[in-house]
Amino acid sequence: MSILMDEHTRVIVTGITGREGRYHTRNMLNAGTRLVGGVTPGKGGQEVEGLPVFDTVEQAIAATGANAACIFVPPAGAADSIMECASAGIKLIVCITENIPVIDMTRAILVVREHGATLIGPNCPGMCTPGLGKIGIIPYGIFQPGPVGFISRSGTATYEVVSLLTEAGIGQSTCIGIGGDPIIGSTFVDYLKQFEADSQTKVVVMCGEIGGSDEEDAAEFIKSSMKKPVVAFISGRTAPAGKRMGHAGAIISGNTGTAQGKVAALQAAGVPVADTIFDIPTLVQEALARIS
Amino acid sequence: MKIHEYQAKDILARYGIPVQPGKVAYTPEEAEAIARELGGPVVVKAQVYVGGRGKAGGVKFGRTPEEARAVASQILGMDIKGLKVEKVLVTSMVDIAEEYYMGIIIDRKSQAPVIMVSRAGGMDIEEVAATTPEKIIKYPIDMRTGLRPFEARTILARAGLPSQVIAKGSTILTALARAFIECDANTAEINPLVLTRDGQVQAADAKIVIDDNGLYRQQEYASWAEQEESNPLEFRAKQEGLTYVKLDGDVGIIGNGAGLVMTTLDMVARSGGRPANFLDIGGGAKAEVMEKALRFVASDPDVKGILVNIFGGITRGEEVARGVIQAQAHLPEGMPIVVRLSGTGAEEGKAMLKDAGLEWGRDMREGAQKIVAAIQALN
Repeated sequence: MSILMDEHTRVIVTGITGREGRYHTRNMLNAGTRLVGGVTPGKGGQEVEGLPVFDTVEQAIAATGANAACIFVPPAGAADSIMECASAGIKLIVCITENIPVIDMTRAILVVREHGATLIGPNCPGMCTPGLGKIGIIPYGIFQPGPVGFISRSGTATYEVVSLLTEAGIGQSTCIGIGGDPIIGSTFVDYLKQFEADSQTKVVVMCGEIGGSDEEDAAEFIKSSMKKPVVAFISGRTAPAGKRMGHAGAIISGNTGTAQGKVAALQAAGVPVADTIFDIPTLVQEALARIS
Repeated sequence: MKIHEYQAKDILARYGIPVQPGKVAYTPEEAEAIARELGGPVVVKAQVYVGGRGKAGGVKFGRTPEEARAVASQILGMDIKGLKVEKVLVTSMVDIAEEYYMGIIIDRKSQAPVIMVSRAGGMDIEEVAATTPEKIIKYPIDMRTGLRPFEARTILARAGLPSQVIAKGSTILTALARAFIECDANTAEINPLVLTRDGQVQAADAKIVIDDNGLYRQQEYASWAEQEESNPLEFRAKQEGLTYVKLDGDVGIIGNGAGLVMTTLDMVARSGGRPANFLDIGGGAKAEVMEKALRFVASDPDVKGILVNIFGGITRGEEVARGVIQAQAHLPEGMPIVVRLSGTGAEEGKAMLKDAGLEWGRDMREGAQKIVAAIQALN
């Protein structure tokens, strides 16, 4: 078992006819993802990588039975695409698009919640379940199936850590990049809950960064409700206050969102926090050893 | 994107929010003329993108037009937290009876714009929040409906604003909420909102920050862009489209992806070095972007060596290597460069770097250690 994706997951790509959409459609197919079609308004009837293109999500669902979507629509239309997917009944929405106006996200989030959908992102690399495929842009080749559930706010840092785990012979159950924006569809706690309930996952690795208080919330949840061991890493220890470090959400404002505060909260919840990413595999091995 | 107080007040006025009359002056003579036109005593306020202007001496009173000219000449050209004052706002002085705080921010927790109102106006709201949080009323805007008048009245009443302010104040608050949403703001603040002795309610100071991601549909505000940062390198980076933050060390850092670059900074610090900057070349960067980034970081006089850390996904190792090799001829002689490549095209890239006689690190840790050692060897 893994979380989010299973053999019934049927994925459409919105913005499939764009450069990024096409490129990653091919990569997702190569990873074995069950892609069933795509959506670009005005391009209905075309094909991309042998997949049918529709004008609307509603049409795509009617024709393909899609229940998940990956969004590559440019920023001006991405929030609208999220709302279209949720309204049409898509239950798992992964939004890769970066630079969506934040006010658009405050509206899109409401529609997602109203329809009981799960949104990963925006401004995220997506998710991957080794052996089943991926929804998004995470390089599939670095994974191997295994016991580690992985949650991260960043993209390339995720690839780095997953590679280290795989090199150390530690596989992964499911990996989710939750996104670097201030308003995102789902956070650490959402997936900690799911990993806690997932039989394949034995240990969870969470990679946080400066900004906001999602890591502190995660620490609270781990302390009160988790039995499975969690290993954490926080990046941005050297980041100055008041500066946006690339991600729109990676900013220390006043005293909130510091790496030190997050590390302290996690340690107080009994979570070992890796000093550098190279310490993560060892901490995971120790946690696995304690279980068995 | 930050905008000036006078621009924020201009936006508020468009939404029907009363602000004191005033104009911007670029010279003491202009300040005097504006004061004469306004009649009566004026306030001359430095227009720079930082808080604490009053404490820094950037806000002064002028009882007569001549005095306005004199204080304007003191303020213009002044340095406030690294920013030079190039213009002042000259406004009529108000006879203040009470001061309140009214603001809206994007709140990550409630995933909505959240209104904050307090009777404790005129002060730094973060300070109020830290010392007496009970004095701030917080209220999220329902984005399905926007802020409705009854909600605005309720918020002001909860904050303990006097009865005579509720009607006028709630009109201002609903207008502020509308301005916030329509202008793609991520911060909008009236601090203080004042009750004058003759019963007027108006914005005495205003701050609006526009969401950079909304600028494509806020063309007029986008045209107001000026140098925001006191650091000229950060300003130039923004113009060149680079995601760059200046730090205070001597190890230049370039990587792809914000999280990876942040992790690289931490790794360099852990290896005994001090990062000079954060630079994220983003996903799928071509050789030209890599070259531009390297030349940019090298142009910082504090930088003694550069670590390039790339995990190739959409970004290809050959492109990165080509960019590094192209940039080499333009970098200061003897400046150490260490490149660490992984992922897509890493092997091809490494071969190219080896042919060009460049150093590379096996992984991020080795890369960080090598660049720190190379810089130490220079001293």
